[in-house]
Amino acid sequence: MDGRNLYSRRFFLKTAGFFSALAAIPSSVKSLYYDARRLIIPAKQKSKLNLIINKTSHKLEVDTRTTLLDLLREDLHLTGTKKGCDHGQCGACTVHINGERQLSCLTLAVTLPGKEVTTIEGLANGEELHPMQAAFIECDGFQCGYCTPGQIMSAIGCVNEGHTGSVAEIKEFMSGNLCRCGAYNGIVESIQKVAHETVHI
Amino acid sequence: MKPFTFSKSDKISKALSGKNDTVHFLAGGTNMVDLMKKNLASPDALIDVTSVLSDKIERQDNGIRIGAVVRNSTLGKHELILSKFPLIAKSVLAGASPQIRNMASTAGNLLQRTRCPYFYDTSTPCNKRKPGTGCSAWNGNQRMSAIVGYNEQCVAVHPSDLCVALVALDATVNVMDKKLKPVRIPFDMFHRLPGNTPELDNNLPANAIITSIDIPDNSFHRHYAYVKLRDRDSYAFALVSVAAALQIEDGRIKAARLASGGVAHKPWRWHQAEQFLVGKEATTANFSAAADLVSKEVAPLAGNAFKKVMLRGAVETALQNCLTA
Repeated sequence: MDGRNLYSRRFFLKTAGFFSALAAIPSSVKSLYYDARRLIIPAKQKSKLNLIINKTSHKLEVDTRTTLLDLLREDLHLTGTKKGCDHGQCGACTVHINGERQLSCLTLAVTLPGKEVTTIEGLANGEELHPMQAAFIECDGFQCGYCTPGQIMSAIGCVNEGHTGSVAEIKEFMSGNLCRCGAYNGIVESIQKVAHETVHI
Repeated sequence: MKPFTFSKSDKISKALSGKNDTVHFLAGGTNMVDLMKKNLASPDALIDVTSVLSDKIERQDNGIRIGAVVRNSTLGKHELILSKFPLIAKSVLAGASPQIRNMASTAGNLLQRTRCPYFYDTSTPCNKRKPGTGCSAWNGNQRMSAIVGYNEQCVAVHPSDLCVALVALDATVNVMDKKLKPVRIPFDMFHRLPGNTPELDNNLPANAIITSIDIPDNSFHRHYAYVKLRDRDSYAFALVSVAAALQIEDGRIKAARLASGGVAHKPWRWHQAEQFLVGKEATTANFSAAADLVSKEVAPLAGNAFKKVMLRGAVETALQNCLTA
């Protein structure tokens, strides 16, 4: 008969009460956590945008903090534009905004409505490469290729701005694009080639 | 980055009424966005002011007016600048990269923060970033630090090239304060020395906005030079830079302007050397004597004594280059 009174009515009520209280905790803890978080961490600010990227119109809803670079890569999956330093020091993220070379990592997406963005994906005409893309292949303008999209976008800007008078001028006006493989000679040659062809067309 | 609300202003009055200490203006974003990424600026709201400020360079009765959001690349190629104030183009093209110059505004150039490495490294003390914590550069790496006008609270330098030319050419900063009252600040008075408030870079009134920069007519468009010495040939901040401009008549110097970047908390004018040059012949010997006067004014820190020698050479070279410009 030992242990006959082991599980008493009182014991049952106590443990049942304890477990139901335990079950109720997660939801109250969760809501407490959310309340506290709202106090400490400000809510994300979203903004609705209508952007023209590579001649295609996009309707998007983005966090105001989103840079054009992250928007291109993460939201639109246009991963041709590369993230190097993310602080405006390397030029890997260079794109064209209203036809001018600018840095997508320092451009907030919310500032772009009304402007046109062109990325490396928007250069080729179908299967036909942009002359600068073709020149980079012909002149060995790259090794690993990571900085290349930025180099090409910047190189087109350099030619359009007319800064191709000498090797020194090209180097000065391409100084915003770093290449850790050191393909600079090929890059300068590519630019000279396109500049020369542009003049003679 | 802290979340923020974003709005684009269509009226300057609206932009100013919405401005307070936790609301920042945004123009080119080349410095502001970077500061926000590094949590050195964490505004609750950004107001895009690119549509409410002028992006024009206009001729005035006695000079030119440069709108606050004229971009650096425009300053580098504008016909009026190249013909009358080529020193401005020369200095602005010595800074940043073509991509950044395509974005950065004129007013933003004045308001950019120092590039002192300790200001950006949030794990170290910095009186400019967090007043009262101390200056890490005082006993740290001083390669990019000041050699004049500093104190032990802050040895940071102002990083701009454009501002060196603007201070040399006696520019004036036009400001509109929060109550829409226009204020004119002589360029030399715009930026501050660290004093006891190294967290303040300039004397822009609280929550005011820069609307334009005026440069008075001068005759420095024939003999001018901008010499910038740095750790690589292009796309780096100055170790020292020198803007020089001379007005020469019959071989004699009628007026002289000398200013430097990379040496102080503000773009620095060398008044003593300027006065020395006036009335003298434009000769190597006189340029060398002027450079000596400049180098006597500076007191380098333990870690940047090289800057004194470098500056002396840069001043002499810049004055020499004025003759061939």
